[in-house]
Amino acid sequence: MSKPTIATGHFTGCFGCHMSLLDIDERILQLTELVEFDKSPINDKKRFDRMVDIGLIEGGCSNDENVEFLQMFRDNCKTLVAVGACALTGGVPAMRNTVPLRECLEEAFLSGPSVVDGIIPNDPDLPVLLDRVYPAHEVVKIDYFLPGCPPSADAIWAAVVALLEGREPTLDYELLKYD
Amino acid sequence: MSDNTITFTIDGKEVQGVPGQKIMEAADAAGVYIPRLCHHKDLPPRGHCRLCVVKVDGRPKSSCTIPIEDGMQVENDTEELNEHRRMVLEMMFVEGNHFCPSCESSGNCELQAEGYRLGMITPTLPYIESHREMDATHPDIFVNRDLCILCGRCVRASAIQDGKTVFAFEGRGIHKVITVNAEHGLGETLMDVADAAASVCPTGCLHTKRLGYTIPVGQRKYDHRPIGSDIEQAAH
Repeated sequence: MSKPTIATGHFTGCFGCHMSLLDIDERILQLTELVEFDKSPINDKKRFDRMVDIGLIEGGCSNDENVEFLQMFRDNCKTLVAVGACALTGGVPAMRNTVPLRECLEEAFLSGPSVVDGIIPNDPDLPVLLDRVYPAHEVVKIDYFLPGCPPSADAIWAAVVALLEGREPTLDYELLKYD
Repeated sequence: MSDNTITFTIDGKEVQGVPGQKIMEAADAAGVYIPRLCHHKDLPPRGHCRLCVVKVDGRPKSSCTIPIEDGMQVENDTEELNEHRRMVLEMMFVEGNHFCPSCESSGNCELQAEGYRLGMITPTLPYIESHREMDATHPDIFVNRDLCILCGRCVRASAIQDGKTVFAFEGRGIHKVITVNAEHGLGETLMDVADAAASVCPTGCLHTKRLGYTIPVGQRKYDHRPIGSDIEQAAH
């Protein structure tokens, strides 16, 4: 029987949740025994070419490209897990949500104290920013949430092992953290 | 046992108390923890936050304000009530801008600790993303109104324990905010960092300056033991 497959995705976040995944230390060897990594920034596989069993996604949605890729993850993952504060709430990037987008852009690119001859970037190749930063579950259906900033390696390990064993992922008291 | 003893049950367990005691007080003494946020042991109860709502003979009532009666049957730790409590917590999280990773109170925050204890994984409702005015005019204390859950602990502590009446509520409904008794902010009041009101806030709203992030992760108040463990263990 072939191994279960895992994909991981990164959206608007800091990559800290992926770092925490790598922080499972030598258990990563055990993980590679248990699963096969599919599309992930870790192996740099760019596209889905089959259904994947478990998708772990980090980061919220701040632009149209995030939305498109998150929908791609939903379409290609049997179980989709939102990992970390940014995927769950929008996180640090969502701090811009209390300020109108135009004001954010003007402060960053036109009126900021270190800006000289500023221009708001408008290259057609750039993703278009959304009005606010959205948590993943406001864009697609999410099956499980894994909180933390980032979730500890032990929390990620506990959740992934539970899913591989066909159980609901539950976190012990000391693993459930919002920060 | 004197004739004054009142006997009732919480989740089927027999509990005894004395006349005049509230359900929460009697439960605390018996080592039964009822989740709470607006209640503080040194302040009169107000029943603001609704987290301590229990069922008394089948009807929901706030356990911090309702006195005990002989033979009453109280439900506390039930899936139905805990689900209500998680929803109350979710609403508090999204109504304020509670974002734990960037909050100085994280790890020592009672709102967060109740979430951990009750197993709230994450707020699933959309954040309101309000933008309430921050008051940093006091040299030692700041008021981050976005994190206020309107528990009124600071209002009561300032009036009753400190005798200063520094804080009050202003506005109604979703526009209700905590306000200070001065035109230009907390710095103009008699508030002192040693006042009782300065240390009763259950969230990061009323916070002492220069104390943020001083306790390492792993050593903070609720890192290892759930809120209420002290009450549960004291009785054993």
